[in-house]
Amino acid sequence: MTEIIDHLNALAERVLQLAEGDEAIVTAGRSDHGLTRFANSFIHQHVSDESTMVGLTLVRDGRVATTATTNVTDDGLRALAMSAAATADLLPADPRWPGVAPEVILDGRMVPANEADPQRRATIVADFVTAGDGMQAAGYCDTSEVTHVVATSTGSRLVGRSTRATLDGIQQAGGGGATAAGSGHRTAQGLDDLDGTSVGALAAGLARRGLDRVDLEPGRYPVVLAPECTATIALFLSVYGFNAKSHAEGQSAIEVGVAQFDAAITLVDDPNAGHGFGLGFDVEGTPQRALPLIDAGVSAALVHDRRTAAAAGPGVQSTGHSGPGSAAWGPVADQLHLAGGTTDPLDLVAAMGRGLVVTTFNYCRILDPKTMVVTGLTRNGTFLVEDGRIVGAVGNLRFTQSFMDALAPAAVTGLGNDARWADAEFGPALAHAPSLALQSWNITGAAPR
Amino acid sequence: MSTAFDQATRAVEAALAAGARYADARVVHTRTRALSARNAEVESVDLGDDLGIGVRALVGASWGFAATSDLDADAAGRTGAQATATARASAILPGGDLRLAPLAATVASWDSPFDQDPFEVSLSTQADLITAVTRDAAAVDGVAVATAHLQFWDVRKWFVSSEGHRIDQRLVSSGGGMQAIALGKHETQVRSYPQSFGDYRSGGWEVIEAFDLPAHAVRMGEEAVALLSAPPCPAVTTDVVLDSSQVAMQLHESVGHAIELDRILGWEAAFAGTSFLDLDQLGTLRYGSVLMNVTADATMPGAMGTFGFDDEGTPAQSVEIVDAGRWVGVLSGRDSAHLAGLPPGGMVRADGYARLPMVRMTNVGLLAGTSTMDELIGGIDYGVLMATNRSWSIDDRRLNFQFGCEIGWEIKAGQLGRMLRNPTYTGITPTFWAGLDGLGNEELRRAWGIPNCGKGQPMQTMQTAHPAVPARFRNVEVGVTG
Repeated sequence: MTEIIDHLNALAERVLQLAEGDEAIVTAGRSDHGLTRFANSFIHQHVSDESTMVGLTLVRDGRVATTATTNVTDDGLRALAMSAAATADLLPADPRWPGVAPEVILDGRMVPANEADPQRRATIVADFVTAGDGMQAAGYCDTSEVTHVVATSTGSRLVGRSTRATLDGIQQAGGGGATAAGSGHRTAQGLDDLDGTSVGALAAGLARRGLDRVDLEPGRYPVVLAPECTATIALFLSVYGFNAKSHAEGQSAIEVGVAQFDAAITLVDDPNAGHGFGLGFDVEGTPQRALPLIDAGVSAALVHDRRTAAAAGPGVQSTGHSGPGSAAWGPVADQLHLAGGTTDPLDLVAAMGRGLVVTTFNYCRILDPKTMVVTGLTRNGTFLVEDGRIVGAVGNLRFTQSFMDALAPAAVTGLGNDARWADAEFGPALAHAPSLALQSWNITGAAPR
Repeated sequence: MSTAFDQATRAVEAALAAGARYADARVVHTRTRALSARNAEVESVDLGDDLGIGVRALVGASWGFAATSDLDADAAGRTGAQATATARASAILPGGDLRLAPLAATVASWDSPFDQDPFEVSLSTQADLITAVTRDAAAVDGVAVATAHLQFWDVRKWFVSSEGHRIDQRLVSSGGGMQAIALGKHETQVRSYPQSFGDYRSGGWEVIEAFDLPAHAVRMGEEAVALLSAPPCPAVTTDVVLDSSQVAMQLHESVGHAIELDRILGWEAAFAGTSFLDLDQLGTLRYGSVLMNVTADATMPGAMGTFGFDDEGTPAQSVEIVDAGRWVGVLSGRDSAHLAGLPPGGMVRADGYARLPMVRMTNVGLLAGTSTMDELIGGIDYGVLMATNRSWSIDDRRLNFQFGCEIGWEIKAGQLGRMLRNPTYTGITPTFWAGLDGLGNEELRRAWGIPNCGKGQPMQTMQTAHPAVPARFRNVEVGVTG
């Protein structure tokens, strides 16, 4: 562990020595990933990969170039520095370069090293499969460990490590025409917190209930959305709404200071949460803090990197949300916490007259960021509720729904007490979210089974 | 000095020595260059240099895979042994018999052709191009944001297998595009050229020159602004003509992914999903109308999904997928093909050295018909012409889709009429393709490139293409809104 950090620090210092320019930001990262995939109830792919990457952003006479390499030999680092300099010299000056962040010395989050033993992952997968009691199971269990160093020409030195372990899978019930799938998901910092049996049993229960089909006409329905769905909504709000670049270009639906959401909604980005997955700083070397994005229904803040902050004017600071590609896509918050409520999710369902319970979303795509209208499908368990009780499964449904309208004032009817790290459209470990009860969700079609 | 072939050979030997019954290794060196501009300024310039080795080992019925960017003296042997050890850990949940379809060992070298190396073209030339087109588009009154981007790849691969393959390849590809955005009070309107997210081809700088971005910048801006005041696409069931880029997207989602044999076999069920296709129906299932003819052709010159050999060493080939509306073929690799009793299709590729190769689209394309664009439109009493994809979504079995396009035009009595904003359409795959009754001719055929098709866990992006022509479809539900 210390050896890796020392190695990354040495690489970063060496690149700073080699970088010939006015300003420089060096990132050095080490990633170790292990994955056990299963399908048709057996392990069919078992993967491990490791990589070390060094990146350099170099400024020469106001010209900015960014280069990266996995060749971390001294020759490779020299080539990296030379390439950055040669590239910068060929470009026009960047009038919006905000300068390198002021000096910060930070030992960021240091989560203990992750266990990446493939046998442990395989055992957890076996527990998941066994819990299906003969159903066809598919999914994955993986572990990752990322250690990152940022060193800048202003003297900043930041280091942090994050670990993650995820179990995500489906059980498929039935056969001979009628089939149904249910899903289960858990993400934690290590394998010790993943229980294959309970996640597999959850998925199996949803799959069994899914076999009992009833028909449903398109239209607007009250819904109880499970955490996977809620997490996806939070991520879309982050990517398309609270992104300061999108906002500056007039493409965001967010109006800071306006009560755009139901008063029950509070959304915070907290990269330092003890159970989370942030490093505590961004690739520009800006430390991160908890940032309320929605405070009791009121849009509270945008997320910035140094470019968007500088463009926003005096007094606006980076919130530490620069990432790879954010120069083009804008800064994005990805350690989101949507505050949960006190209600058992089953009571959210019981409080609904006629409506739907949705387990996960699938293939969500935005039609217009300004309205936040999104189309997608439900998957792995969608159920019809009448008089507060599930009366049958309705298969996978297509929806076309504005996420802003869905969470608008007086549109939220309840929040579950089951907030957890949920799998979202863009992956796991990005949003900690509860079940969410909404007055209306626009179903526009169904997928045949 | 150790060569890439030497390292790959050592890795394979180490995997076999550790107990694998088959092993292969790829050393992959990927150079990338990406530039973007916004409103007449360079926004970002990123250069990448990614080198490493990935080793695949088969133990029992399970693949093990290990990869590293560390290419020190011991790395190849260490990674090979690790691949086997990882595969062996699968024994707790073993699968059934897994064999590889027979393949003759090949020693070969293949390079994709290009006229002008895009990495030898000055960055200032490339930056000047995209700043100029964004300046022109942004100068249109009402355009809020104009963007443009260029991307280039130079990928070298060295492949060795325990069956005697020894293949090196170089794949050079280029692409880019531009976009103009106009803002209304409650909506955004977008126009993109050549298509949303750009177009991509196998080739060099000549690819970008052929796009002629400057000639289209002002038109993109003007159309984006005009869309703000255009009437919305009506919510009706009617006839549509899709431009070739949207037909390419339709092919990608409702044909390309559906015919991936690993999906059909359930290997991707949890994430990417399965397919509505069942192997028992191969050769008999009606996919669409008799006008529908689809091939997966990895040999097509200049297309983004073209290569010499896939990442298992299988030679590139053209495979018939849909014949006069009948489903006849799949995308496959050696293991999936053997399970299905089919010859290997040579469609297994990986995203760089660090990912396990899997079934991927090559150039899944719709063969041309005989109609001109005027004839396609002329055959419609009332309908909508839609162009340039804006949104896409389809269910996990590739049946229920909904697409949005950037721009539409009303068709009345066989004539193009007023512009329509927010055109969308939805349908069910075989029903939709059964409604195909008009196809553009060969002159209208174009291989649209996609640089980032996503699949797998962890997610792998892949370069594919879809040769397509404009096409007419009957009785389509359009105008779906939130």
